[in-house]
Amino acid sequence: MFKLTETDYGTPAQTSDAQVTLNIDGNDVTVPSGTSLMRAAADAGIMVPKLCATDSLEPFGSCRLCLVEIEGRKGYPSSCTTPAESGMRVLTQTPKLQQIRKGVMELYISDHPLDCLTCAANGDCELQDMAGVTGLREVRYGFDGANHLQDAKDESNPYFTFDPSKCIVCNRCVRACEETQGTFALTISGRGFESRVSAGQEQSFMESECVSCGACVQACPTATLQDKTVIMLGQPEHSVVTTCAYCGVGCAFKAEMKGNEVVRMTPWKDGKANEGHSCVKGRFAWGYATHKDRITTPMIRAKITDPWREVSWDEAINHAASEFRRIQASHGRDSIGGITSSRCTNEETYLVQKLVRAAFGTNNVDTCARVCHSPTGYGLKTTLGESAGTQTFKSVEHADVIVVMGANPTDGHPVFASRMKKRLREGARLIVIDPRKIDIVDSPHVKANFHLQLRPGTNVALVNALAHVIVTEGLANEKFVAERCEEKAFNDWKAFVCRPENSPEAMSAVTGVPADILRGAARLYATGGNAAIYYGLGVTEHSQGSTAVMGIANLAMLTGNIGREGVGVNPLRGQNNVQGSCDMGSFPHELPGYRHVSDGVTRSQFEQAWGVSISPEPGLRIPNMFDAALAGSFKGLYCEGEDIVQSDPNTQHVAEALMAMECIVVQDLFLNETAKYAHVFLPGSSFLEKDGTFTNAERRISPVRKVMPPKAGKADWEVTAALSNALGYPMNYKHPSEIMDEIAMLTPTFNGVSYAKLNKLGSIQWPCNDESPEGTPTMHVDEFVRGKGKFVITKYVPSDEKVTRKFPLLLTTGRILSQYNVGAQTRRTDNVMWHTEDRLEVHPHDAEDRGINDGDWVGIQSRAGETVLRATLTERVQPGVVYTTFHFPESGANVITTDNSDWATNCPEYKVTAVQVMPVAQPSEWQREYQRFNQVQEDLLNRREPVVAAQAEK
Amino acid sequence: MNQQHLVRMANNIGDFFEAMPDRQEALDGIAGHIKRYWEPRMRKEMLAYINAGGEGLSDIVREAIGGGRIA
Ligand code: SF4
Ligand code: SF4
Ligand code: SF4
Ligand code: FES
Repeated sequence: MFKLTETDYGTPAQTSDAQVTLNIDGNDVTVPSGTSLMRAAADAGIMVPKLCATDSLEPFGSCRLCLVEIEGRKGYPSSCTTPAESGMRVLTQTPKLQQIRKGVMELYISDHPLDCLTCAANGDCELQDMAGVTGLREVRYGFDGANHLQDAKDESNPYFTFDPSKCIVCNRCVRACEETQGTFALTISGRGFESRVSAGQEQSFMESECVSCGACVQACPTATLQDKTVIMLGQPEHSVVTTCAYCGVGCAFKAEMKGNEVVRMTPWKDGKANEGHSCVKGRFAWGYATHKDRITTPMIRAKITDPWREVSWDEAINHAASEFRRIQASHGRDSIGGITSSRCTNEETYLVQKLVRAAFGTNNVDTCARVCHSPTGYGLKTTLGESAGTQTFKSVEHADVIVVMGANPTDGHPVFASRMKKRLREGARLIVIDPRKIDIVDSPHVKANFHLQLRPGTNVALVNALAHVIVTEGLANEKFVAERCEEKAFNDWKAFVCRPENSPEAMSAVTGVPADILRGAARLYATGGNAAIYYGLGVTEHSQGSTAVMGIANLAMLTGNIGREGVGVNPLRGQNNVQGSCDMGSFPHELPGYRHVSDGVTRSQFEQAWGVSISPEPGLRIPNMFDAALAGSFKGLYCEGEDIVQSDPNTQHVAEALMAMECIVVQDLFLNETAKYAHVFLPGSSFLEKDGTFTNAERRISPVRKVMPPKAGKADWEVTAALSNALGYPMNYKHPSEIMDEIAMLTPTFNGVSYAKLNKLGSIQWPCNDESPEGTPTMHVDEFVRGKGKFVITKYVPSDEKVTRKFPLLLTTGRILSQYNVGAQTRRTDNVMWHTEDRLEVHPHDAEDRGINDGDWVGIQSRAGETVLRATLTERVQPGVVYTTFHFPESGANVITTDNSDWATNCPEYKVTAVQVMPVAQPSEWQREYQRFNQVQEDLLNRREPVVAAQAEK
Repeated sequence: MNQQHLVRMANNIGDFFEAMPDRQEALDGIAGHIKRYWEPRMRKEMLAYINAGGEGLSDIVREAIGGGRIA
């Protein structure tokens, strides 16, 4: 279906409008000015021999294999570094060139093992290809002289091997690490014959700064840097383009296959979200899909203290359906509901909300975006008119000032971070707003111009102070505001931000940010050219999450930084399909396309299409479901792909709520934490086992393609459809493309989307309809989606989570590069080598006060609960603030987080919890209870009655 | 439903809208928000709570949602 090997044009494409025409080997070629001779030749179908050049990297000109002759010029310039000029006449093949190239190859091969037949790169080695192309027939120097054939391999990285004996020192890996990834982990040490590639200060890859993105492996023309899976399995025979199932960047990958087995995932060059780059998760951490913990047979049990019983699909589904109907009969229609995950495809999410609305007959459907980006939806819809980011990722190439607020892109959105860092190395300026000194504040060749290190929970105060400076110092873009925004709302807002209490001087007592630094940052944002704001969960997961999002939108409107490339308001979505799960109406108050259930016109369209009546009243959101469960009015739940027990705040409250319910149906790959409270387990399928689409943070809908059959026999959409059928509401889709057709028919922003178009264009940014048939890269260009932009007053209201003598520290939470969300996937891969446990970051001062040493076990106590983690002492956090991640269930990070939430959306306040931290000798009571409960549940799983016996009994 | 949660949520909503310069707009905002986003059993319980004295609710919230405006 897709090409296994793509054309390598040797040097990057140029975008100049000016064209030059030249003649290569007798062919006239016209290319954009600045194009290399090598690339121009490739355009004409002539592949000049090369080794050190590849089209993802700037040319380097070291191997001397790509020499050409140019009429009227002396010597043999390298075609990779020589730009094409009008009127040039170039020859790429002459006897002299042939002779030089042969000589070059001979030198390379004289220091290269001749084990091509058994080499892992056999069939995919550019050195081998060039030996063939140059007609190398003998190597006169032999292997008697000095060589590197005995150099030891570095096997430290779990995913790739570095075999220096095969290295030709072409420098591609070093440049990939610098240019593509921006980590600068590799160098060439030594000179001349002695020169070798080295990670860090002659360290192993694992000891070095390497983040295992794979860019060097991708760039290496030989077997020197090679995927271990290729060494083990051999070269793939076909490939399928699909989309990464991890973060909201949504990188496109080629799944390189042998039959139904994945050999390697390589980032797809034509993928618009990633342009051929990847991170350690998408590139390497896909082994969970075939992990032995996968559950592939449906199971049921009457009580959560019973062992599981394996059953047929029919039995499991009929049982679930009859339980749901039984509960509704005795507790009412609204006593059940459904939860979807941002890890589901658009089609799956759409189907679950349809099932809940049409088959259950209630609006009790929510998605895990509730706990991450629901404030983005609310805030951007209120101010700009659409619940989505405004740009493409590529837009960052045009930004002059980049604001990163409450996001940690090098860990959370690594491929976008690489693109951002590239722009920063070109000279764009950087403002970081974060309580922690995240990596991007000070990393190789990137330094923040301003780091506003605020106290957790004070985003709104800080944003108001920025606005205060811009307005009172006369830096606003008045023309933009007058033309594009509502006048009265602006004037009210202006009067509000100008109040003295919003000045940086007044607010610094709250935020902890010195007024002069804040003023500097505000001036830079308002006057530094194109300014773009990128924000994450550090903005949304607060009691004022929605207020902060509106504050950010206010800033963008105030400075006219919206509606063109290089600017905008860009939510960095955590998971792969956060955007999509919201778009698909998996919300208790909204139908697909963000239309409120009380909107009669929209509702009647869905009622007509689905043949049911839909309630005009909003349903329960996830935290409301828990409260209703504890109050006894919510009894049944269908939960697809989400692990609410681990990821939602106040774990003990969630667990109690689930234990109060009568039927919990979990559909997942693994027996996750929620499944330990479930009565029906329906096996899920990984992203490799089904067709569908994901929508990333730039509204880009990208195809997910099935590369192997579902391990449990059904793809997730088929399971939902079967459940619906069993409930008596027919769903007869034959393929997910039909689900997308229905979405397109019912959703104005998706009208023009179809699988055929996705196959043709690769991916589409919605809105895609008659006005923009190929999608919409930049939103709000001439006017806002809501017409005029609306400034909203954003008063700072302190969080209820206040530090006290008893809880004197503020805990904030975040993520790490190698692990993903609740870790169910990445913990089942070698990514654990980078992060084996969640740790608590403590500032050395706070540690000293408490007698805590690095590595000590510490108890973290909040108003909600207590857990125990090991401490890491670091100045990344400021005094008074502690920080942890939540990738391991036994860490219990969410045992401590409280059920405070965003006022508008109930998005939990994960980012601010008042705690005390003390050295301890043993796990917390919760952890001991967790271990016990977990052991019981593992036993109940292991003791499950197999399906054969179950069927034989019948 | 957990009354303490409902009270806190309502007060948080009240805090946001209270900043509007036009009092009526603020009151409409609070009632409108609760009506649009709260499931009926939550609204019913809140009304019962108000009728029973509404302890702990801020003044603006009481004013906004009294009189059946979120029914
Ligand atoms: S894997 Fe990535 S970070 Fe590591 S050395 Fe290679 S390019 Fe650099
Ligand atoms: S490791 Fe590969 S890419 Fe790096 S210099 Fe050696 S051959 Fe070139
Ligand atoms: S950046 Fe995100 S989408 Fe891209 S490979 Fe990494 S996890 Fe996957
Ligand atoms: S490819 Fe041009 S010098 Fe190596």
